[in-house]
Amino acid sequence: MNWLVDFFGNAANWSGPDGIPLRVLEHLVFAGLSLLLAVVLAVPLGLWIGHTGKGAVLVVLSANAARALPTLGLLVLVVLLMGVGTLAPVLIPLVALAVPPILVNTYEGIRGVDPELRDAAYGMGLRGRQVLGGVLVPVALPLILLGMRTAAIQVVATATVAAYVGLGGLGRYIIDGLATKDYPRAIGGAVLVAALALAVQGLFALVQRVTVSPGVSGRQRIR
Amino acid sequence: MITFDGVTKRYPDGTVAVDDLSLEVPTGEITVFVGPSGCGKTTSLRMINRMIDPSGGRILLDGVDVTTIDPPTLRRGIGYVIQQAGLFPHRKIVDNVATVPYLLGWDKKKARDRAMELLERVGLDLRLAGRYPFQLSGGQQQRVGVARALAADPPVLLMDEPFSAVDPIVRASLQEELLRLQAELNKTIVFVTHDIDEAIKLGDRVAVLRVGGRLAQLADPATLLAEPADDFVREFLGRDRGIRRLSFVPGDGLRLRGDLTVPASAEVSSVRGTAEAWLVVVDDDGGPLGWIAPKDLPDSGTLAGVPAAPYGTFVKGRDSLRSALDAALLSPSGNAIAVDGSGRVVGVATREALDEALARVADGARG
Repeated sequence: MNWLVDFFGNAANWSGPDGIPLRVLEHLVFAGLSLLLAVVLAVPLGLWIGHTGKGAVLVVLSANAARALPTLGLLVLVVLLMGVGTLAPVLIPLVALAVPPILVNTYEGIRGVDPELRDAAYGMGLRGRQVLGGVLVPVALPLILLGMRTAAIQVVATATVAAYVGLGGLGRYIIDGLATKDYPRAIGGAVLVAALALAVQGLFALVQRVTVSPGVSGRQRIR
Repeated sequence: MITFDGVTKRYPDGTVAVDDLSLEVPTGEITVFVGPSGCGKTTSLRMINRMIDPSGGRILLDGVDVTTIDPPTLRRGIGYVIQQAGLFPHRKIVDNVATVPYLLGWDKKKARDRAMELLERVGLDLRLAGRYPFQLSGGQQQRVGVARALAADPPVLLMDEPFSAVDPIVRASLQEELLRLQAELNKTIVFVTHDIDEAIKLGDRVAVLRVGGRLAQLADPATLLAEPADDFVREFLGRDRGIRRLSFVPGDGLRLRGDLTVPASAEVSSVRGTAEAWLVVVDDDGGPLGWIAPKDLPDSGTLAGVPAAPYGTFVKGRDSLRSALDAALLSPSGNAIAVDGSGRVVGVATREALDEALARVADGARG
């Protein structure tokens, strides 16, 4: 515990370019940007595949490929190909990490909606897009959000790799701390990453409460 | 009117679901498609609102080939009720019912007012309007399904086994409710079921389909029971056809005797001399109390003090000959008590009268 006090108690660690607020901000920018890109790529694709049933093989392949892909290896590869100095070396591996859970959950969520419901929606006279947006997405929303939450937590935890290519973020503390045998610094960084992941988890729980209909979550009890 | 004109549905793998089906569904009537699984009844229904398109022949809705109408536009003008109700779980009951009005661009207030009106009409407590589907029982959900189908007041209603997933008691009440609604609304209804009893109870006309999607017989229920077209239909109709047919013979034709009724306040001595084996005792309002046998009465007192034997009644002018026969079988006298709409005894149909009526029915079956 003393190590934590050493790190968090030191006023010098709370300001300047290597201060905690700025490092947290950098970390959030890497993670947030990657997640945003992944959502923009994977959600429409997952919706389309789930709704039309076309290209389901893509989902399986991408999920399997993602498991086999080493994030750090990809990072080094991108640096070798594109050099340092841009955000690309950190964004590309993180997006690659975040896409599969979002894609798979979005697709499974849409595909898993009760066929009777889909049938009823078409039978009422909804058009294809109205069925997707008005029925399938609201009903599949808990799964879609679960995919995003899984991706977000992985991305927050993994964004530490940015430090390997000379970028900031909370990974700086861990790598620098280990390199200089400044263990309080390394542990402090790790604790901050864990705290951030928990905060993300809480944020998604909140988003879920606000966006998912009580009729779907079954939250509203009979009065 | 909906016209099937040589309609065939053949799938790419060669399976024929519906084979050259030609029939007419008259306006304002309930036409039931019934048959075993694989007879193409659901496929036939779903071709009307283009959930499936036929591979041959035409379906005309008031003379217009449905395949010339854009499916969503067509479907908004046709009510559709399915087995599990298919309510949207994320929307409140009132908004589920207002689905089609919203699609048609009604303003929200008007659509919701209409939805509330319909919830009341199908017999639901209006407090349910703000709930979500998962909070309702299966029977309640099915009523909501019917209300939703009626929301935009479509002239045609398609019902695909709507009551088969609920328990028998709820099913019976939903069936009664449908008949009551239909008496008010006069929709053109196509109703699919695999349950022949449901078909006979609900249908103005019943189309019996056989496996492979061919029409075996199209007739009103009484004719179907009396004159099945072939062995398949006979077998599908099942046992007790003769008795079931009596449900379609009105009890009005029964000769009633008005001289077998005695008030409960009468003295025992006043009936002792009668030649009748059984008399009906009625209370001050004219309601039946039961049967007494004049030959085993106590020595004194009024008839109110005499234990009466059980009885059965039928409502004159409403119930069928089957109900009258049932009423007779519930009494040791073998006679049925005819009552009016408010339960007052209007006469007695004796065994002889029932026998005459049954003889007339049997006579009709010959020709």
